[in-house]
Amino acid sequence: MSRVRVLVGTRKGAFVLESDGKRDRWDVSGPHFAGWEIYHVKGSPADPNRLYASQTSGWFGQLIQRSSDGGKTWEPVGNKFAYEGTPGTHQWYDGTPHPWEFKRVWHLEPSLDDPETVYAGVEDAALFRTSDGGQNWEELPALRQHKSGPGWQPGAGGMCLHTILLDSHHPERIFVAISAAGAFRSDDSGKSWRPINRGLRSEFLPDPEVEVGHCVHRIAMNPKRPDVLFMQKHWDVMRSDNAGDSWQEVSGNLPTDFGFPIDVHAHEPNTVYVVPIKSDSEHFPLEGKLRVYRSKTGGNEWEPLTKGLPQRDCYVNVLRDAMAIDSLDSCGVYFGTTGGQVYASADAGDNWAPIVRDLPAVLSVEVQTLQ
Amino acid sequence: MIRVVLPPHLRTLARISGETKLEVAGQPTQRSVLDALEASYPMLRGTIRDHDTQRRRPFVRFFACERDLSHELPDTPLPDAVASGAEPYMIVGAIAGG
Repeated sequence: MSRVRVLVGTRKGAFVLESDGKRDRWDVSGPHFAGWEIYHVKGSPADPNRLYASQTSGWFGQLIQRSSDGGKTWEPVGNKFAYEGTPGTHQWYDGTPHPWEFKRVWHLEPSLDDPETVYAGVEDAALFRTSDGGQNWEELPALRQHKSGPGWQPGAGGMCLHTILLDSHHPERIFVAISAAGAFRSDDSGKSWRPINRGLRSEFLPDPEVEVGHCVHRIAMNPKRPDVLFMQKHWDVMRSDNAGDSWQEVSGNLPTDFGFPIDVHAHEPNTVYVVPIKSDSEHFPLEGKLRVYRSKTGGNEWEPLTKGLPQRDCYVNVLRDAMAIDSLDSCGVYFGTTGGQVYASADAGDNWAPIVRDLPAVLSVEVQTLQ
Repeated sequence: MIRVVLPPHLRTLARISGETKLEVAGQPTQRSVLDALEASYPMLRGTIRDHDTQRRRPFVRFFACERDLSHELPDTPLPDAVASGAEPYMIVGAIAGG
């Protein structure tokens, strides 16, 4: 019988939630790494018992933890993230030059076929890779050294590389997204990069259609159709049908198109999920109603999903890495909130129930579908 | 034998309960004690001082014998009471709520 394992990173530790394929009863373990910020936990597609976690602290810096038994036990591995060469400067919030400084790992993306290989997206924005299970990390420096790099600027959460997408159809292709530089694509395993932001429009920029400088919050794809990408930008939900070469807005009838996470149904590549948030100055759901919006048409036409979600007095946020999709026949959708709830739907979003209600603020949610 | 007290999060990380005791050859300094600590507990590398510059992390302080040694040069000898094991060398995280 299939099972699912939900990996939750929070402000005060990691939690592992497990259920059988019905997804109505859950075993909760944790907190792992109690008291530390866990930005992200993710399992290897090639070996589901191999997990990696980004553990970080303002006091003691960055750690990477690795599990080889599905999260029962963990061991710290390498935590040295050194930029290659002299990293130079990017722009600070006020437009002045600011030295590139490593702060933390936001996102870990294990290789699709090798459990020892993992990509790490870090703040200040850069991409690192390990090929020995996390013992040693090396920067793929061409991204940070892109000619636009000195002009990159942080978003409010820092200048973070938060999204890494690998493409099983094009093994040398990598997509990344950086707040607030935008989206980039490599077609040669990270040796070179190009911005893929044509069609994005950000009114807060002096040139709203500039090539680099957009605050992309999240990109998602269905792995079976990797040329079609969906993006939650600071404002605007976007779609690309050509691997990011160009984008068009698909916000359609959303009540607000500001938000953080976006994800795609495992079996229906035109079914997309977002969580609209009131605005960039009020990071909570519109009207105090927590609603996931689903489009079954690849955008533009959206329906609110509310059954089982609080529809009054709800003022949590859902962060960019805090939504995930399982691949069971009846596709499961999961998201975590800054109020510490992790909600699950076992029927593609029609009905929701909290798995847990009172965790620390949730930073990230991933799910593994296990046989 | 040098007695070292770690903050709770680093004790958990290093799987230490209470103090740890380290053998340090010669006149102990902050550098030699931290080198010995990281050699015994490699998972602590990067958590107290920077991997490359060896600079103390900003929210970490070093206390001993009711003195703040955080701004002493790393090769300054530690107080005799620390060298003799009468007093511990304390690695302290800044106080914070939340």
